[in-house]
Amino acid sequence: MADLSINLAGIKSPNPFWVASAPPANTAYQCHRAFEAGWGGVVWKTIGDPIVNVSSRYSSLDLFGQRMVGFNNIELISDRSIETNFREIKECKDRWPNHAVIASLMTDTRENWHDMMKRSLDSGADGVELNFGCPHGMCERGMGSAVGQNPDVIETIVGWVMEVAQIPVIVKLTPNITSVAHAARAAKRAGADAISLINTINSITQVDLDRMCPEPYVEGMSTHGGYCGPAVKPIALNMLHECAADPEVGLPISGIGGISNWKDAAEFIALGSTSVQVCTAIMHYGFRIVEDMIDGLNDFLDRKGMASVNDLRGLAVKSVNKWEVLNLNYKRIASIDYDKCIGCNLCFVACEDGAHQAIALTKPEDLKVGLGPGRLPGKPIPEIKEAECVGCNLCSIVCPVDQCITMVDVETDKPEMSWRDYQEKLSKGEMEPIPAHP
Amino acid sequence: MNLKPRVTAEQAAENLAEIEPKYTPQEAKVEADRCLYCFDAPCIMACPTGIDIPGFIKKIANHNLTGSARTILESNVLGASCARVCPTSVLCEGACVMLDRDKQPIKIGRLQRYAVDHVMDNDIQVLKPAAKKLGKKVALVGGGPASLGCAAELARLGYDATIYEKKPEAGGLNTYGIAYYKLTPEVSLKEVELVKSLGVEIKTGVEVGKDVTMEDLLASHDAVFLGIGLGHTYRLDVPGEDLPEVFEALEFIEEIHTKPLDQVAVGARVVVIGCGNTAIDAVTQAKRLGADDAKIVYRRGENDMPAYSYEYDIAKKDGCSFLFHALPVEILGQGHVTGIRLARTEPDGKGGVKVVAGSEFDLPCDMVIKALGQEKQVNLLNKLLPGLELDRSGKIVCDPATMQTNLPKVFTGGDAINGGREVVNAVADGKKAARGIHRALAGETVEGPVQATRLGAIGKPTGSGFDKPVRVPELEQAFFGA
Repeated sequence: MADLSINLAGIKSPNPFWVASAPPANTAYQCHRAFEAGWGGVVWKTIGDPIVNVSSRYSSLDLFGQRMVGFNNIELISDRSIETNFREIKECKDRWPNHAVIASLMTDTRENWHDMMKRSLDSGADGVELNFGCPHGMCERGMGSAVGQNPDVIETIVGWVMEVAQIPVIVKLTPNITSVAHAARAAKRAGADAISLINTINSITQVDLDRMCPEPYVEGMSTHGGYCGPAVKPIALNMLHECAADPEVGLPISGIGGISNWKDAAEFIALGSTSVQVCTAIMHYGFRIVEDMIDGLNDFLDRKGMASVNDLRGLAVKSVNKWEVLNLNYKRIASIDYDKCIGCNLCFVACEDGAHQAIALTKPEDLKVGLGPGRLPGKPIPEIKEAECVGCNLCSIVCPVDQCITMVDVETDKPEMSWRDYQEKLSKGEMEPIPAHP
Repeated sequence: MNLKPRVTAEQAAENLAEIEPKYTPQEAKVEADRCLYCFDAPCIMACPTGIDIPGFIKKIANHNLTGSARTILESNVLGASCARVCPTSVLCEGACVMLDRDKQPIKIGRLQRYAVDHVMDNDIQVLKPAAKKLGKKVALVGGGPASLGCAAELARLGYDATIYEKKPEAGGLNTYGIAYYKLTPEVSLKEVELVKSLGVEIKTGVEVGKDVTMEDLLASHDAVFLGIGLGHTYRLDVPGEDLPEVFEALEFIEEIHTKPLDQVAVGARVVVIGCGNTAIDAVTQAKRLGADDAKIVYRRGENDMPAYSYEYDIAKKDGCSFLFHALPVEILGQGHVTGIRLARTEPDGKGGVKVVAGSEFDLPCDMVIKALGQEKQVNLLNKLLPGLELDRSGKIVCDPATMQTNLPKVFTGGDAINGGREVVNAVADGKKAARGIHRALAGETVEGPVQATRLGAIGKPTGSGFDKPVRVPELEQAFFGA
């Protein structure tokens, strides 16, 4: 059993799994249920002047028979009073002293930020998270992503907060920005203790073609919603890496964005997260999902011989680099296992129309692979044209059978050479330009 | 004497190969992803051992196979054999909500097998013996599923459990008495090893009442669990029954499990009497071992058979034939079986059948297998424990909550109390008895799902779970009324 406990900028938690600031973290009741199920921390639903919500509020992207591959919402911050929220935070902390309870805050003036920080401290919260991310509603009022999209404003507001902060301050960043690292650096400059990302992405999930109006439907109208769920994970991982690898940021990170199971969590941790936050998967299945997150992560760490989850943190950060340092002389090509091929020919059409015309259709008798599933006499089957294959991965990605098309390394007998090396060699006249592809 | 081996080793291996092979990783993933991960799922309620089914399936979907197997084995230590032999269509899969949506339940049995095989094939230890021993001893009589389920739970609670089994191997019918194509003895023996790895001692080749007395067991242990199952097949009581080619079904199946398959002798024309699940196991295996004709003779009709419909389907697919509304009046032959004399039956109007006068006819055959159900072990029990309370049919009477008999130190479960049900019922009984023993000896109550509501997908009772729901009385009430 590995040690799953973490310490994010002074916020301690028995495991890295936190409930994200969202509907599942709205009340003390939910917080108790979350901790009973095994969650290590809760970031409270954002506290501010109580708002008024609309009905309806959520919409989903369903794909291929699965619900909630992507999910969006137009709900605002807490609709409960500031007093109620802080009273319940105190109640939670009293009952769960060893778990992390973090107050998510959103307000406007310097005075109000100071007041919210004082109330957070008084409530016993382990830290605060400044919500600079909400991309709907609150941004129209100069808060949420309106703050997070302007590094100068981030720096100013974090500066106000840090004037009075006595507990760790996490700044939650919006992905609706050109470069998230600039926002993270601003938070760092102003003295923030940590960052969390990503908040939700501006989105419209679908249009009802009878009403000619998107969901969520609010009497003939809709609005841009915040997008989250499994579909946003790649975007979140990318932004996480941008911040984790940026020497000017250098802050502990709480990763958020489409995390649904232990494997997603492990990927976020490997790319630099200390804790991970989850919302959509809880909204789909309930707090109980954390049991397998803990169990699966533990099993993974045991298998890898890691005694602590902290040993995993950041292990993959260095492997992501600029394109210009990738080795131009590394080569891999596709290889088909004919014992597994079912003869769908998706690889052929994908390569022929969508990529590099490096797969031929050949009669099985000519390939000498015998007949079998998908291999009828005279019915052509795919054959990799090895000389043409650029190793793009497309065929192995579209192949519906696990381990049927694999990518294998090919010895090129050429020394390692990146684009940067290539440019240098060219400028020194050490080599001729590589001929353009015909 | 026309009994002889009729297939080569290769043919036998092919004919008796598993009918449902293990899922490939991709098959398992696709099937696991179909599971909705219901909350308070009906499949759990339909499982006598209360396995967290959506939980273990979610773990398969999430690439946590070890955790998945742990979830299964913590609830049911015989999860590998139950995955193969459970009548899932009337238990978990019969309760699956997907029946109502897609008409196709999640293949829970096959997914369970996939997960448990992962830890068994890779020797991954997922269950751990108790950290602290209680210094109390329990003897278990019989080494079948009930005792194994009980001993595993006792060991995990900290007891020193010793199983006494008269046969050379433990596992009971799992090792000796289930159709080869569903469960091989190897899987059963691996499960026995798993139970041993928890610290349970298994003394095989030791018969209680002969090699060791019940008095000694009672004197030297704090409690005794009776997992003695059932005895011999009921007799036909017809002339010719003692001819050498007349077998009990379990005797025939045990031979398949203890001899090389190409040395198991079968007749050319085999008649199996009875139409329960064991009869199906016998007739299909006789056919698969080379009998030209393997026929079931049953005194009632097609719709009355106790065998599950999917078992009936297997036999029909195997080319076995069925003769309904007939019963044996004599087994024919001088020194060897040459045929069987049958009589037609008709309903007697009182729920039974009666012989149609003058309807007798002869059927040539050279092997007769009796599968009429097993007798209760009344004589044995009277001898071992003269004060033990039995009901009128000879089943041991016990408190359904604790499995305690009228003798305070004696607990029981499995076929000996239910007259012959599924492996999973025996494991569940054993687990419940272990908790009953723990309550009696240590005064502690162990919580956990060990019951079933028997609610099917459309709210009709299905399956062979316990008699009374514990977990969701509201649901039961909703479906069955107050």
